[in-house]
Amino acid sequence: MSEIVPPEVRPKPAVPAKPSHVAPPSSGSALLGYIGIDTIIEQMRKKTMKTGFDFNIMVVGQSGLGKSTLVNTLFKSQVSRRSTSWSRDEKIPKTVEIKSASHVIEEGGVKMKLTVVDTPGFGDQINNENCWEPISKYINEQYEKFLKEEVNIARKKRIPDTRVHCCLYFISPTGHSLRQLDIEFMKHLSRVVNIIPVIAKSDTLTLDEKTEFKQRVRKELEACGIECYPQKEFDEDMEDKSDNDKIREAMPFAVVGSDKEYQVNGKRVLGRKTAWGVVEVENPNHCEFSLLRDFMIRSHLQDLKEVTHNIHYETYRAKRLNDNGGLHPISSGQDTQEIPMPIKHTQVISKPTKF
Amino acid sequence: MTAERFPAQLVDLQESQHYWAFHSLLFLCQSDDSHTFGLKGTNVNVLTCDFQDKQYVGFATLPNQVHRKSVKKGFDFTLMVAGESGLGKSTLVNSLFLTDLYKDRKLLNAEERINQTVEITKHTVDIEEKGVKLKLTIVDTPGFGDAVNNNECWRPITDYIDQQFEQYFRDESGLNRKNILDNRVHCCLYFIPPFGHGLRPVDVEFMKALHEKVNIIPLISKADCLTPNEVKKLKDRVRDEIERFGIKVYQFPECDSDEEEEFKQMDKELKECTPFAVIGSNTVVEARGQRVRGRLYPWGIVEVENQSHCDFVKLRNMLIRSHMHDLKDVTCDVHYENYRAHCIQEMTSKLAQDNRTDSPLPILPLPTPDVETERLIKMKDEELKRMQEMLEKMQQQMHEKDQ
Repeated sequence: MSEIVPPEVRPKPAVPAKPSHVAPPSSGSALLGYIGIDTIIEQMRKKTMKTGFDFNIMVVGQSGLGKSTLVNTLFKSQVSRRSTSWSRDEKIPKTVEIKSASHVIEEGGVKMKLTVVDTPGFGDQINNENCWEPISKYINEQYEKFLKEEVNIARKKRIPDTRVHCCLYFISPTGHSLRQLDIEFMKHLSRVVNIIPVIAKSDTLTLDEKTEFKQRVRKELEACGIECYPQKEFDEDMEDKSDNDKIREAMPFAVVGSDKEYQVNGKRVLGRKTAWGVVEVENPNHCEFSLLRDFMIRSHLQDLKEVTHNIHYETYRAKRLNDNGGLHPISSGQDTQEIPMPIKHTQVISKPTKF
Repeated sequence: MTAERFPAQLVDLQESQHYWAFHSLLFLCQSDDSHTFGLKGTNVNVLTCDFQDKQYVGFATLPNQVHRKSVKKGFDFTLMVAGESGLGKSTLVNSLFLTDLYKDRKLLNAEERINQTVEITKHTVDIEEKGVKLKLTIVDTPGFGDAVNNNECWRPITDYIDQQFEQYFRDESGLNRKNILDNRVHCCLYFIPPFGHGLRPVDVEFMKALHEKVNIIPLISKADCLTPNEVKKLKDRVRDEIERFGIKVYQFPECDSDEEEEFKQMDKELKECTPFAVIGSNTVVEARGQRVRGRLYPWGIVEVENQSHCDFVKLRNMLIRSHMHDLKDVTCDVHYENYRAHCIQEMTSKLAQDNRTDSPLPILPLPTPDVETERLIKMKDEELKRMQEMLEKMQQQMHEKDQ
């Protein structure tokens, strides 16, 4: 059985989430008393807190755009790979490498195993042709791993999920428009993984420049047919659509990251101190970091995982099955050796359902 | 005031393209008020002085004369700006020269830039300040470093610089040398993005391809996104890497030992500050009660001309107020001469191969005149012939008359 997917926690006033089928009096049986169906939410919550959940985030962008700092700021802890072993003076690698670091962080009794996948060397060479290929390969490898586990006869109770749930793509704040490389990357990967573009080091742009730049970037993405997360086609209902529309209007978020604190007006805030003032990271007038954080973590974290699981992964799976002519590669948990066996049903595995 | 010829050595002041360096203009003669000079032709042969200053010849005022002549003629300066798009190159140029050279520029979006190659664009502007005219040419390099594959994206730039050298070489070796146009690039400002951790491969390759052709001054652009600590770290890092990769950037000339202490101190500070971390701005904001060039952020105002905010003032002083002439000198004396020597060597070796004879003067073959010029030449030839015939006829007539 696939891992239990915790219920969506939306930032709404304290009203428990309505079950999706509110029984109107006219159709079907009216409730004659309190049964207690709604306590299922509480039960799920308890279970989740015990098991915890995984979240895998990938950061992509040229070196020096503040990727590690931003991830550290997002999760308020030293989780990027730099903090584990590397020093800041690492040389630019000659090819794109994929490095991941995992940490378990806990908040309010909920444990999260956070994996940050870094991609040093992306876009740093003179010739950057196809530098997205190692990244694409990695993402597909994770899908493949998950598929293999799923297809197993003796499946694990909880398949370790290493699939990339979210890819933060860092745009260089030139103030002009997207670079060639940005468009190529997003074109190739927006159908494979959830991409959230962010404008890095945005303290170099004034407010006007920021608005103009964001508009231009949005127009270019539209013109190239690139759909970033949250994708329009996956909006489930009007409520979703209006929420997501608001977010889509504000994207890409112009962020600033920092892990240092300074005293401003008597409060200690995360920020960057320059000769002309302190850039406060969590001040919505200064940058959109808090918007990004709320969006990514506080409201759409679960949705990111679901879209990855239900859509991107399924697309990959369907492609793999089609490539094999409808026959599943049944593996015994070890590698390769695909033995096509005569199968009675078209689908041996039941589709992983979500609660 | 009588004109007397002194047995002092007369100086032939020939009109040369190497006009006096600005800093030597400081060495003026003491009492030039009582002397006037005339420049008859090109010989300084008229000197007047009071009876008491018989020992004083007066050619110490030569710099003054050169100065006056040059001021009338005007100066020219060609500056190249190179770096990825979006690093604030145009804004910095506008801030440096207080103009708006890029008013009508249209920014391409990423799709339009797919097939763009590196271009070379020139903007020329005439600036005048206190009677001194400067013809400033800015050579821009849009498209540099913007593509996905930037292999040899500096090739168009090196080709352009070589072309200017070649054109100058031709003109210098040609027949009419009075009005040679000097389009050689005197200085190249290279913009390093502040987002990295030092020099990137494309920066290193570019500078190595150009450091023997032009004076390179590396700059850290958009320095307002860095805290003071980060600026220092980045500068140290860039300096180390420049040394490590053996890149020869423009070096400030050493101060003469007899300069003032203050000047020496300033010079030392200047050298320690490289590469300059600069900020440019096209807008004027209100700061501390004054209107200054700057950038307005929600958390503060960055002033472009505030020395504690960035090194813009240092760059401007260095580039325009103290080292403009030195940059031109180094271009003429070092880079151009290198090119010329290289060129001549190639030609002599080629000629030696072809002819096996020693040609006395290796000159570049004259460019074949185009059709239009040829036609003009023919016309003039015919006119000359006609006039000659007429003259002969007239002479004959006169001769007959005499007889």
